[in-house]
Amino acid sequence: MEKLKLLIVDDEQPMREGVMRALRKYTVSLPYAEEDYGFDFSEAGTGEEALDVIDRTPPDILLLDYKLPGIKGLDVLDHIIQRQLDILTVMITAYASLETAVSATRYGAYDFLAKPFTPEELRTAVHKAVKHLILTRQARKFTEEKRRVRFQFISVLAHELKSPLSAVEGYLRIMQTRSAGNELGAYDEMVRRSVTRLEGMRKMIMDILDLTRIESGQKTREMAEVDLRDVARVAIETAQPPAQERGISIELDSPESIFMVADRGELEIILNNLASNAVKYNRDHGKVTLALSADDETVTIACTDTGIGMSEEETVQLFKEFGRIKNEKTRHILGSGLGLSTLKKLATEYYGGGVKVESKPGEGTTFTVTLQRRPAGSEAKA
Amino acid sequence: MTAPKKILIVDDDIDLLEQASMLLKSEGYDVVTAGGQEEAEEAILSVIPDLCVVDLMMENMDSGFILCHTVKKLYPETPVILLTAVRSSTGLDFTSRSPEAGSWVEADAFLDKPIRPEQLKAEVKRLLAARGEDH
Repeated sequence: MEKLKLLIVDDEQPMREGVMRALRKYTVSLPYAEEDYGFDFSEAGTGEEALDVIDRTPPDILLLDYKLPGIKGLDVLDHIIQRQLDILTVMITAYASLETAVSATRYGAYDFLAKPFTPEELRTAVHKAVKHLILTRQARKFTEEKRRVRFQFISVLAHELKSPLSAVEGYLRIMQTRSAGNELGAYDEMVRRSVTRLEGMRKMIMDILDLTRIESGQKTREMAEVDLRDVARVAIETAQPPAQERGISIELDSPESIFMVADRGELEIILNNLASNAVKYNRDHGKVTLALSADDETVTIACTDTGIGMSEEETVQLFKEFGRIKNEKTRHILGSGLGLSTLKKLATEYYGGGVKVESKPGEGTTFTVTLQRRPAGSEAKA
Repeated sequence: MTAPKKILIVDDDIDLLEQASMLLKSEGYDVVTAGGQEEAEEAILSVIPDLCVVDLMMENMDSGFILCHTVKKLYPETPVILLTAVRSSTGLDFTSRSPEAGSWVEADAFLDKPIRPEQLKAEVKRLLAARGEDH
């Protein structure tokens, strides 16, 4: 159980006692929080004492009497606002007038409780306050985490985009200074490599666009009956040229047709990524098998290659943004490190499915993607 | 005539490795290449480099620093040039050798990526000459 600090400020001692008694064994459980919340109490009989406690150990929740000797309740409230303290205040007021309540909430109190109140009314008010407090904190944490992840994404992205630029610029400078002599042929390989790096960079930019379109949710999805086999056939055709160059064969193992409700563009991203990875990370004269199957509810795409494979620790890296396996064998292979994270996002978030990977170093890898044939929300959008 | 100086170049980008290697070979150096920190650590067990050119960010953000440290531990006399693509993007200036940086970064020179051929050649020459004078 997690403890929230609750400060009771009231000039009547029996009142403070009563509040603590009513809340001592009270816990709040919320459906979206893992733990229940209980309370650690502190008390103050005057506004001055209250300020002292607030400055020393700021409470999470403050039950604050409106009418105090000396510094008034509203002054205490003002102190909290000025210091931008993360404290949720519930005003306790004997004048249950609308005016008092409104002025308190205008000053930043979250809620008010009119004297006299029953223990049950107190608990209801506290429950409401805890709920609000925890929700606000969770939302704030989520926003900060999101901002941090975005920032990290952008700085890695900048680095990944700079690498090909550096490579191409380096070759151009060598050409500029004729560092390899005056024979034009000496520069052929540099031109070829430069073109390859630029192609890789273009591919990375396309991958980023795919990813941001999906993440922003701005892309209008066109849900329709799509034949998965048809999309797979096109993906194989796209992967064919680089495969043929290295003598890799691609096989499609699928029933006549597999219809599902999907956005065709999204299925293309999934299948293109699977097919192109299976070729890229294969050995020369290797084999790729794309196997499609379906039952009433789900379709399964299994893409198997005879490539370099990877260790179990490496498979964990795979689905992270820009997560590429860096070793001796992958050094010569260009990739953005975004394809699989995009694929996973699509499969899990849009098609209620998932991705599994099984791999043996030196033998090959199988990626298995499952998708719902009728993903949630597809009827509404169709 | 003395034997050509041996230079170890370490970079995980095969094109940048190729470019640096080509430039220094054309200057008559004996070039050995490695594609990362681990590979370089293996290489320096059998090859004693007269100078190392090391990329900073490879397997990890700080691979270059660690490798630099290892080289200096084995061969304190061997100058190391660190290549960084970091400076222009972060504003961190390693060349100023701020007291904090200077205390733990052991490289003899820092060059910004992408490499400028003339600059790299000149820096290599300078460090090798300086080393020669010590003997």
